[in-house]
Amino acid sequence: MLDARKMDPVESSRAAGAAAEPAAARRVRERRRTGTCAPHRATTTREEPHDMPGNRPIETAAAPSPETLGEIRRIAALVRSETVRLIEIAKSGHYTSVFSCAELLGALYGGILRLSEDPDWPERDRLVLSKGHMAVGVYPLLAERGYFPAEWLDGYTRVGNPLGDHPDMRRVPGVDFSSGSLGHGLSIAVGMAQAARMRGLGSRVWALLGDQELNEGQIWEAAQTAGHFGLGNLVAIVDRNQMGLDGLTEDVMTVEPIADRFRAFGWEVVEVDGHDPAAVWTTLAGVPATDSRQPTCIVAHTVKGKGVGYMELSRTWHLGYLAPPDAADTSRELEEFHV
Amino acid sequence: MSSAAPYRAPVPSHASSWDMARSEQLARAAVAGRVLADIADDDERIAVLTADLKFSNRTVDFERRHPERFLNVGIAEQHMVTMAAGMATVGYVPYVATFASFVGLLCAEQLRTDLAYPGLPVRVLAHHAGISLGFYGTSHHATEDLGLLRSIANMTVVCPADAASVEAALRTTVDHDGPIYFRLGRGREPDVYAPGDARFEVGRIATLRDGGDLAIVANGITVAAALEAAERLAADGIEATVLDAHTVRPFDGETLCAVAARTGRLLVAEEHNVVGGVASACADALVDGGVGGVRLARAGMPPDEYALIGPPTHLYRHYRLDADGLAERARALLDER
Repeated sequence: MLDARKMDPVESSRAAGAAAEPAAARRVRERRRTGTCAPHRATTTREEPHDMPGNRPIETAAAPSPETLGEIRRIAALVRSETVRLIEIAKSGHYTSVFSCAELLGALYGGILRLSEDPDWPERDRLVLSKGHMAVGVYPLLAERGYFPAEWLDGYTRVGNPLGDHPDMRRVPGVDFSSGSLGHGLSIAVGMAQAARMRGLGSRVWALLGDQELNEGQIWEAAQTAGHFGLGNLVAIVDRNQMGLDGLTEDVMTVEPIADRFRAFGWEVVEVDGHDPAAVWTTLAGVPATDSRQPTCIVAHTVKGKGVGYMELSRTWHLGYLAPPDAADTSRELEEFHV
Repeated sequence: MSSAAPYRAPVPSHASSWDMARSEQLARAAVAGRVLADIADDDERIAVLTADLKFSNRTVDFERRHPERFLNVGIAEQHMVTMAAGMATVGYVPYVATFASFVGLLCAEQLRTDLAYPGLPVRVLAHHAGISLGFYGTSHHATEDLGLLRSIANMTVVCPADAASVEAALRTTVDHDGPIYFRLGRGREPDVYAPGDARFEVGRIATLRDGGDLAIVANGITVAAALEAAERLAADGIEATVLDAHTVRPFDGETLCAVAARTGRLLVAEEHNVVGGVASACADALVDGGVGGVRLARAGMPPDEYALIGPPTHLYRHYRLDADGLAERARALLDER
């Protein structure tokens, strides 16, 4: 008679007289049993809890404090208002791709990312902007942190200015990688996470992905690697804003089922309302410890153009420009949205 | 059903039979894995990645000594290049190894956008370059990679000819602050240099033989053929300079122009399409250097052909990239008025 437990490497190692089963191995086995992650090599032996700063076991993820919640909202409002202001300078830009991830940026820069005054601090968390066309929303936050002079913002995209539509790590302090070519960011993040693990750094690596970007084959090459190597210090956030450039993702080229696709590669997947600051905070704060073996994908359900009525889920506003009177009207709507 | 035991063939023992373990031993010039393992003994930044080819490129030699810094990413070359870029930002000097066709061509955008544009110290070991995979066919050949890579800013391109120069090229560039594309053969290249030969220096054309009648500009597999061709020409009283133009980018235009001005005739021999590679680099250098009146003949893959099916050595003969072919082209070049 076949004993299913003997087919299980965790079980069989126990049967072979291994010492008490490590907690991490038990969790993996439980997830495998409940189908919340695909089978993969469970080689973690370290017991949790542990006290490495930045590690936030999912069980202890707390709701944000009122101060934190206020900070997330403040940052989200700043991201949207500055995006309108900067694109007015450039006279062309990706408003709606920024607006969909404003609350995500609010949580990330409002306390989730482990950062310091030194943008090159080796132990910092990394944020790879795989959907690099939303960089205009990040520049104001980097300037606010003091990584570069705020005056740079006033010359956004003008000849010789370091700040362009897509971010350049060699020109802009605080940008962890130069992006713009979709489909590359998760591979970058996998490399960073693998290297951080090899060097024993406590850094967590976050990759912000677009949803239509998931059509790129290289995303899945990276996803399989993260699952295979068990990169628990890696988190992919999919800004599920429902649209590519040409229209709705499912009309252009199917990306669903996103969660099942990532699970099939050995990832843990969590879904969240990407415009609910408290839910976003709790989800991002609750990812597994960096020394776990479990890469995490957060599918953030969002609305492309969120905050401006005429832009929401509008195909034509993927790229555009608001002349000063329209920018003023739009800013007024955004102010009311953020009250 | 028969009760007789099924026949089991014995392990092959004939001298001509081979498996990949034996092939690995024949690739004597595929020393990159061993050299990198040596370097990594004292340099913790070194990491090696490959795409399910660790036996073909002998990066397994690195894995055996430094398993914790060896990553096999499976058959996912584009991801491998980009992943190495991510590792480089966290302090590693990653070497990625796969067939030249699957990195120099398939990953052209990753090489440009993820390595060269940010100027990251990732090294590419692009082995089995040119037509050295013979009858495996055009999918496995790389006869266009130099043309692509020569136009990429920040990129360094080095094509060593043999084991000693592979070792020298790797050892002297560990600290280079930017990406390097090492264009390598299949590991069966004859020796050109003695270990530690001072004539080989990355960035400078090596003059391996001096003669006033013409200069043969070679690199990679064509260097040994050019030296042999020069021997044959010498028997007929023709004195040829032989240059190893191993570093294709940045190209040593100064040496090239000086030799061209002296000999007036250049025969470029490369395992590449005659468009875009070493011959084009020479032409660019002559234009930039203002050296006029030079005859330049190009030996390589014809501009509008993909290679025939055939064993590598037979293909080199067919495309006149062997010693006989180069000597013949040299004589024809001298006969031109």
